[in-house]
Amino acid sequence: MTINIPIFHLNSIGPALILTVTAVVILLLDALSPKGRRKAFFPQLSLLGLAAAALQTYLMWGSKGTDFARMIYVDNYTFFFYFIFILGTALTVMISRQYLEDYGKNMGEYYALLLFATVGMMLMAASAHLIMLFLGLEVMSIAVYVLAGLFREDPRSNEASLKYLILGSFSSGFLLFGMAMLYGAAGGTLYLDELPKALAGHSTFAQPLTLLAIALLIVGFGFKVASAPFHMWTPDVYEGAPTSVTAFMAVGVKAAAFAAFARVFFLAFPAFRVDYTMLLWVLAVATMTIGNVCAIAQTNIKRMLAYSSIAHAGYLLVALVAANQLGAVSLLYYLLAYTLMNLGAFGVVILVGRKKDSYLNIYDYAGLGFQHPALGAAMALFMFALAGMPPTAGFVGKFYIFSAAVQGGFIWLTILGVMNSLISMYYYLRITVLIYMKPAEADLGPVAFSPGVTAVLAATAAGVMLSGIFPGALYDLAMNAVKIFPGL
Amino acid sequence: MPFPILSILIFFPLLGIGLLLFLDRKNHKVLKGAALGVALVEFIFSLPLWFSFDSTTAAMQFVERHEWIPTYGISYYIGVDGFSLLLIMLTTFLTPLCVLATWTDIQTRVKEFMICLLALMSGMIGVFAALDLFLFYVFWEVMLIPMYLLIGVWGNPARRVYAAIKFFLFTMFGSVLMLVAILVLYFHYGQTTGIYTFDLQKMYGLNIPFNMQYWMFLAFGLAFAIKVPMFPFHTWLPDAHTEAPTVGSVILAAVLLKMGTYGFLRFNMPLFPQAAHYFVPLFSILALIGIVYGALVSMMQKDMKRLIAFSSVSHLGFVMLGLFTFTIAGVQGGIIQMINHGLSTGALFLVVGMIYERRHTRMIADFGGLATAMPIFATIFMIVTLSSIAVPGTNGFIGEFLILLGAFKSNMLYGTIAATGVILSACYMLWMFQRVVWGEITNDKNRDLKDLSLREIAIFAPLILFIFWIGVYPGTFLNKTRATTENFIAMMEKAKATQVTQSQVFKGEAQ
Repeated sequence: MTINIPIFHLNSIGPALILTVTAVVILLLDALSPKGRRKAFFPQLSLLGLAAAALQTYLMWGSKGTDFARMIYVDNYTFFFYFIFILGTALTVMISRQYLEDYGKNMGEYYALLLFATVGMMLMAASAHLIMLFLGLEVMSIAVYVLAGLFREDPRSNEASLKYLILGSFSSGFLLFGMAMLYGAAGGTLYLDELPKALAGHSTFAQPLTLLAIALLIVGFGFKVASAPFHMWTPDVYEGAPTSVTAFMAVGVKAAAFAAFARVFFLAFPAFRVDYTMLLWVLAVATMTIGNVCAIAQTNIKRMLAYSSIAHAGYLLVALVAANQLGAVSLLYYLLAYTLMNLGAFGVVILVGRKKDSYLNIYDYAGLGFQHPALGAAMALFMFALAGMPPTAGFVGKFYIFSAAVQGGFIWLTILGVMNSLISMYYYLRITVLIYMKPAEADLGPVAFSPGVTAVLAATAAGVMLSGIFPGALYDLAMNAVKIFPGL
Repeated sequence: MPFPILSILIFFPLLGIGLLLFLDRKNHKVLKGAALGVALVEFIFSLPLWFSFDSTTAAMQFVERHEWIPTYGISYYIGVDGFSLLLIMLTTFLTPLCVLATWTDIQTRVKEFMICLLALMSGMIGVFAALDLFLFYVFWEVMLIPMYLLIGVWGNPARRVYAAIKFFLFTMFGSVLMLVAILVLYFHYGQTTGIYTFDLQKMYGLNIPFNMQYWMFLAFGLAFAIKVPMFPFHTWLPDAHTEAPTVGSVILAAVLLKMGTYGFLRFNMPLFPQAAHYFVPLFSILALIGIVYGALVSMMQKDMKRLIAFSSVSHLGFVMLGLFTFTIAGVQGGIIQMINHGLSTGALFLVVGMIYERRHTRMIADFGGLATAMPIFATIFMIVTLSSIAVPGTNGFIGEFLILLGAFKSNMLYGTIAATGVILSACYMLWMFQRVVWGEITNDKNRDLKDLSLREIAIFAPLILFIFWIGVYPGTFLNKTRATTENFIAMMEKAKATQVTQSQVFKGEAQ
């Protein structure tokens, strides 16, 4: 008996491998280096690994195909998401250090877990088979469950971790159940590129089964992207988790889930587009509305940003509903823009929060604009960007998403979408009101501008403005990336 | 390549902001001087626009076009015709005066104030020059932010935040719907012609089915009507005007409101001409309600700024009525009235600002007999008041006369009702003037008020010059817009004959 080992190229998962190796090295160094001298260089090491992964991705840009027995895709769509993940993780690493040191938690595990989670995200974006997708999802999720509970002594962090774990496992179950149904309906295949044909040709029994599978998949993905009505965990987890982890979850996890969500639905279910868009239409409107309306009532800035992240999941669902090429482009563009503006906002939250998050109330921002003009201006910029005001990346992203919806003929969805961004304006404006128009209730005192966070703020602010004023290049890049969806 | 004068006008204030950022925030004189310098240079830069403008053609002039997002058909495409020329000149003309007016008024956060003012200037010129729908929308939204900050940061402490947010959300409400309509238009144009572009002039000739025009006209119209503001979307205006700092009110009244009327002229009517004709009764009646209602409410105001704010509703009603007559006289009158309103209402807000600086109250009841204490002030106030109530010889008369001419030509009834607005405006303005300026000094605090300083007189001098210039020889200005107006009327005339009923629109039968 011979065993055929399929030919594969390690190069194809190069970025993921690099990050894995970096994470393992960090863990080993953490364990082996003598006490007291251990923590200094982990952020730098992680950044180095991320830079190497980015370089690797850049070198692979343009290649096309599958690898590892057709388990993963090697294409520009994957690479675009690699860039988003790497960017998100790098920015998270940079805002973490000072923050964690305040808590005495600047440990090797933290960086290793961040990198492991990034590897999971990469596998999700690359997966060409649903099992692969599930593996990626679990690699990512388990790392993030731990990260959310990083502050062991803090009951809120514990609560966040436990809540996320239990509900997350539950939703993974749904996802897996959906895949099982799909396996049956398709007659024994879970390859994304084989599914459309397999689902088309089978018995009358297959169709209801597929619909059920689609519904279950939507539940699973909906949980990860924090879409209503599966969003209940989001505010608690975002509030309880360490701020840097919250930032990471809001951009990274969401982007990864959307990467897989879009790929699966655009590739595997072209014949069921009418069915799933109908469902997603409702979810999109519900998500936007619930996110925005609930955000108005929040006084904790992290909770507010949690609801705003729910609302943004709603906008991104609009791009999925549109289900056309422009929709896919807008999804990629918006996720990148969202990474920049949201991490920027969380950077400000970390700076203003200071010593162990003692200033997380939105009223702590009163008078910020005149006590710390640069910080206030940066926060105002991120708020306007999140609200979708030109000339920021947020506006261009929304513009793309809504044009995709109009092109797809979803005029009402677009109208509901823009009305939602009007509602969202209110709570983002409120932050700017506090920053500029309210006198400080107490002297804010000095803000410790650590080099990492400062660099993140400068970079994200510049990125938000530049990609808002000159969005053409990114648009072309994203367009290049979504060419892989033939049906759109 | 021709000299990119419009781009310079748009981006020079931003350069000025860059300069201001490096100046010492403590030294107010230098900050104000620098801002004044920037505004004056900007005004000088805009002069060639006026003098080398070719008034015999309706085509766009000083055109600049650069690809911006080529794959999307978005370009940086700017140019001016008669309509935008006058409004851009108004903007560059008023901004230095506004900086001058802040000399003693604004004492806190001067640096940020000047930055906002210059950013606002850049945005306003951008709005008037943009010929690409996307570019227009970007400018239209961008300039909300500095205005929002002007009201919210430097406004009247009690209610400024409320007014600022109300202003922002109202405007935003209209403009997001306009965004949807822009997108629908874009894809419709792309589907019918195969070319995807946001180029406004290419879209002019498009024959859009009536039931699409109907909805898109309403969507664009809502955005502009809120900005104008037309009754019943005017409620943000009194709040914004009353709470804003003096200069904020001046800019708001003089230029920002014109964006609404300009939007009707530039976008709504030429893009959806059939719908524009269809909606003449609705919009004319709303304009008439605005004229009469605004005037009546003005009469009852106790706060001078609020009174002027409501008078704006009335005056802008005239402009809208003129534009919706689709006659040469009406449209020309509407345009000149936009400028007039900018000059006289701007001046009125300055007048109020100046006595507010002295007395820290704007209540009419707190004044009386100012003519004794401040004779120069009283004279200037009177000229401005007379121009606002359209006395012959002042600018207001030309505008309102032409509008009424157009209105009578198109519909006797509209003309008649509008004419009552002229009388009412005399009532509320003169009554206010009488209570504030004439009579005995009843309040001792008013007895030794200082009369206007040389700086303050210098602010009014150019305004008064133009008040009389337009009043006596409006040809200078009307000639600039004549060709554009004629072209506009011809374009509207072509689309006239459509007869459609409401039910056809809702059933989607109206093609």
